[in-house]
Amino acid sequence: MSETTTTTRSYIRSALTLIVVAALYEAAARSGYFAAALMPTLPAIAKTLFAGIADGSLIEHAAFTLGRVLAGFVLAVIVSIPLGILMARFKPVENFCLPLVSALMPIPSFALVPLFMLWFGIGDLTTVLIVFYAATFPLLFNTWSGVRAVNPLWLRAAGSMGADEGRLFWKVIIPGASPFIITGMRQSFLRAWIAVVGAEMIAASDWGLGWVIFDAKEFLNADVMLASLIVIGAIGYVFERLVFGSIEKATVLRWGMMRAAKG
Amino acid sequence: MQDAVNTIAVTGTDGRSTRRAADHLRAILRNIFPFLVVGLLWEIVARLGVFPPRLFPTLEEVAASFVRLTVSGILPHHAIETVIRLLSGFALAAIAGTVIGILMGRSRRAEDIMLPLVSICAPIPGLAYAPLFLLWFGLGNVSAVLLVGFVSAFPVIFNSWTGVKAVKEIWLRSAVALGADDRRLFTHVILPGALPYILTGLRLGLAQAWRILVAVEMLAAVPWGLGWLIFGAREFLNTDVMLAGIAVIALIGIALEKLVFQKIEDYTVVRWGMVTAS
Repeated sequence: MSETTTTTRSYIRSALTLIVVAALYEAAARSGYFAAALMPTLPAIAKTLFAGIADGSLIEHAAFTLGRVLAGFVLAVIVSIPLGILMARFKPVENFCLPLVSALMPIPSFALVPLFMLWFGIGDLTTVLIVFYAATFPLLFNTWSGVRAVNPLWLRAAGSMGADEGRLFWKVIIPGASPFIITGMRQSFLRAWIAVVGAEMIAASDWGLGWVIFDAKEFLNADVMLASLIVIGAIGYVFERLVFGSIEKATVLRWGMMRAAKG
Repeated sequence: MQDAVNTIAVTGTDGRSTRRAADHLRAILRNIFPFLVVGLLWEIVARLGVFPPRLFPTLEEVAASFVRLTVSGILPHHAIETVIRLLSGFALAAIAGTVIGILMGRSRRAEDIMLPLVSICAPIPGLAYAPLFLLWFGLGNVSAVLLVGFVSAFPVIFNSWTGVKAVKEIWLRSAVALGADDRRLFTHVILPGALPYILTGLRLGLAQAWRILVAVEMLAAVPWGLGWLIFGAREFLNTDVMLAGIAVIALIGIALEKLVFQKIEDYTVVRWGMVTAS
């Protein structure tokens, strides 16, 4: 049996699984055992999904969610990459920040939602800050360990070849730490994506995919819920695979550093 | 190695042990110092009255409500309910996740069947499922525990799967050549070989369960639970109660990490020499 037949067979099996599961779901939905409002049929979900995309409402909700998640994420990048580098390069900064970070990190971001709602009101500011909080720590930690993990031999070699501080930083430390930093950004974005949906549900403003799902519960619109779930999953997938995947390809994989980071 | 270090510590001279105590004390002080600075800043801002005191209470008020709620048994009750919910949800995830993951690692057929489902469901943020679970299973404990279990199962599945696949082919072949049957192969080679990955998965799963649980408690309207405590306190502008609840959440989170997982790792994979203790 050749390698290609095995791969083809697993593709067929995967496709078959999905078809079987969809058929089972459809059968359960049509059987009438469950209320149609709670378990809509697949065509109903697809219809809602396309209607939402056609009249632009789902796209607008998605745009709001994306805006919030990007704002919080960019804020986290701006804060935690420099802070992580400072922590790794200067001992006093590390001594001061590390205990605080280790105490804050185990607090789930959602625990802060009610507090932030009191402080900053309902809406964009609270959501962005929750996303920021959720995204900061993985990136901070990865940047910190990445800079510390830069091979000291490279630093000494560059130093003895006459690199000054600035060149050392830009030409050795940053590229050396970049696999960690990119992994950190990936993790951060995943956290941010989880946080934005949750924050939108709890700190209900009036736009956003999280809000749509939560609002649909009130009216028993399970089809709307499932349609937005699909959109949320699709956006998360696109960012994870396409955006971060291509960043990785363009930087660390091309520089041949990824194996070192994974090993 | 561990024993050698201990013997030195016991037989060491008095001077060495006092210096060691001083080092220890300095390390503790260094860890406390940042909290003192932040606490002082908080206190100054709270006393200056920049923000309304209801929204920005002083640390004494937070400590007072922490003590009051602890003595009256309200805070422990909330905390215990939350921990029970966390553990039951996580137990579901741990059992189902490792079984599915190991099956996927061992059998090509199981992998082909499960992988598409898992890779479709995993990237959707856990909380997005919450309203759906609430619709299907109603408000309350069942939804909360099932959702926590469902969401935290994914890291366990992925890591057990990778772990089983990462067991060295040569170990398997030499075990078979030495006459191991299927069961011995599984318990003596595959399971220990995959264990570092499985433990990592369990650790990630528990962290995920913990992050999601607080939010689920806010949405699922459970009668007791720290998430509910914090969320309910908002209605009455009880910021001090909220902060006391957040402090307990932080403590539980730290305890989970330090007491549960580092201990498990020390006893298993570190002792077997599969990963080095950091």
